[in-house]
Amino acid sequence: MKIDWAALGSVFGVSLVVTVALVGLFTLGVVGLAKKESPRGGAALAATGAYACFAACAAAVAYGIYLIVS
Amino acid sequence: MEHITLLLGIVIVTALVFDFTNGFHDTANAMATTISTGALRPKTAVAMSAALNLVGAFLSVEVAKTISGGIINEQGIRVEVIFAALVGAILWNLLTWLLGLPSSSSHALFGGLIGAAVASAGWSAVNGSTIVTKVLIPAVAAPIVAGLASMLATRLSFAVGSRADEKATAKGYRAGSIASAGLVSLAHGTNDAQKTMGVITLALVTGGVIAPGSNPPTWVIVSAGLAIALGTYLGGWRIVRTLGKGLTDLAPQQGFAAQTSAATAILASSHIGFSLSTTQVCSGAVMGAGLGRKGGVVRWSTATRMFVAWGLTLPAAGLVGAGAELLTDQGTWGTVATGVLLVAGAGVIWSLSRRKPVTVDNVNDVEAEPAGVVTTAIAAVIPPPAGQLASADAQTDPATGPKVTIPAQTTGPRATIPAQTTGPSAEPTSPATV
Repeated sequence: MKIDWAALGSVFGVSLVVTVALVGLFTLGVVGLAKKESPRGGAALAATGAYACFAACAAAVAYGIYLIVS
Repeated sequence: MEHITLLLGIVIVTALVFDFTNGFHDTANAMATTISTGALRPKTAVAMSAALNLVGAFLSVEVAKTISGGIINEQGIRVEVIFAALVGAILWNLLTWLLGLPSSSSHALFGGLIGAAVASAGWSAVNGSTIVTKVLIPAVAAPIVAGLASMLATRLSFAVGSRADEKATAKGYRAGSIASAGLVSLAHGTNDAQKTMGVITLALVTGGVIAPGSNPPTWVIVSAGLAIALGTYLGGWRIVRTLGKGLTDLAPQQGFAAQTSAATAILASSHIGFSLSTTQVCSGAVMGAGLGRKGGVVRWSTATRMFVAWGLTLPAAGLVGAGAELLTDQGTWGTVATGVLLVAGAGVIWSLSRRKPVTVDNVNDVEAEPAGVVTTAIAAVIPPPAGQLASADAQTDPATGPKVTIPAQTTGPRATIPAQTTGPSAEPTSPATV
């Protein structure tokens, strides 16, 4: 019986890192957008950062679709 | 489509029914969290999931050449064996649906195949070590992988977003979880619709209708895609409720973290080549999200019932598959009898489900126990879910609007009697904090 521990390990590592990174980025984006609506300053910078975060997440989704199709 | 015998016709129809129950069962994987966090209305969610399942069925060009991935020896497999395996898998899928438990449809199919193959050709037809590497280890690994990722992501999300206004952010998280759920649906369509195409193609090859090694005919692809999409659209609301509300209470960012971790784990596993069951990945992700929140709870009684169902999937579907194979072996009348028993069994389960129907309208209500003979039987096997309803009431997040009534405060003179009857909710079980 040959158990592919290397594959299991990489599934584990990749899932963990990608999930945490994506959720972290998206949260930053969401928080940034929420800040934009608040009366305090720094709105433009926050919004720009937020859209950059969302763009990274959209790229990840596009890569996910690419993985499904290919 | 010439030379399709009666038996082959029955197998094709049964395979499509299995495909339907597969979609029906797995709606919850993609959509339970989006429905329970209010990201999408239930009907919209299942419609989107069904459409993506259908698209997914047509996307992949590489069709499954094997239905069991080497678990059983498919050389010279008879059409009756495939039929018996499908009967076992369908009945197990329906039973777990009645109990509202998410369980893997692929494992049910594997179980049915193993049982039918053993009954037909003995233990030598089954490859034991492949069962361990392809079923048992992934079953243990899937919830841990997705659960840990989802738990850490939930923590991070709560830590980063703690100072932001909850109302302003909820919309964003909901949009994010819709995207993740869409990916899960698409991946499900490509994987699971393909599985049915593989089954039908194998049956057609075995029956001598098409040449070995040929691609599935277009009508097979279309019908398999439609069957899984229809199943998804009708929605296994019982399982949606368990996954979305029963296991834990989810705030929008938890739903987002859970769904993202599920989508990532599914794609990573199928890309790297260590395939994990979608159902187990999603259940693990939901539990992880529950644990990742400060003061979050996982209802372990519900989780335990789910784990027991996972453990029983292979043997139970296998037993039914074996019985069905022994019956079909008796000749044409045996095959017809198996078909009749399948329809009868499905009818009984359906009518039991009507006693306490879970529909699109009450899918987000706090979990109620489906009453029935089977529930009692299962409850006898595992630690009884004593006070489960009570804990469900007591642990419901106030923000998500529980329907806890406090009769003692309002009924004045007769306050003592209602206070007694609602006794269980007065003693909440200690929540499993992390």
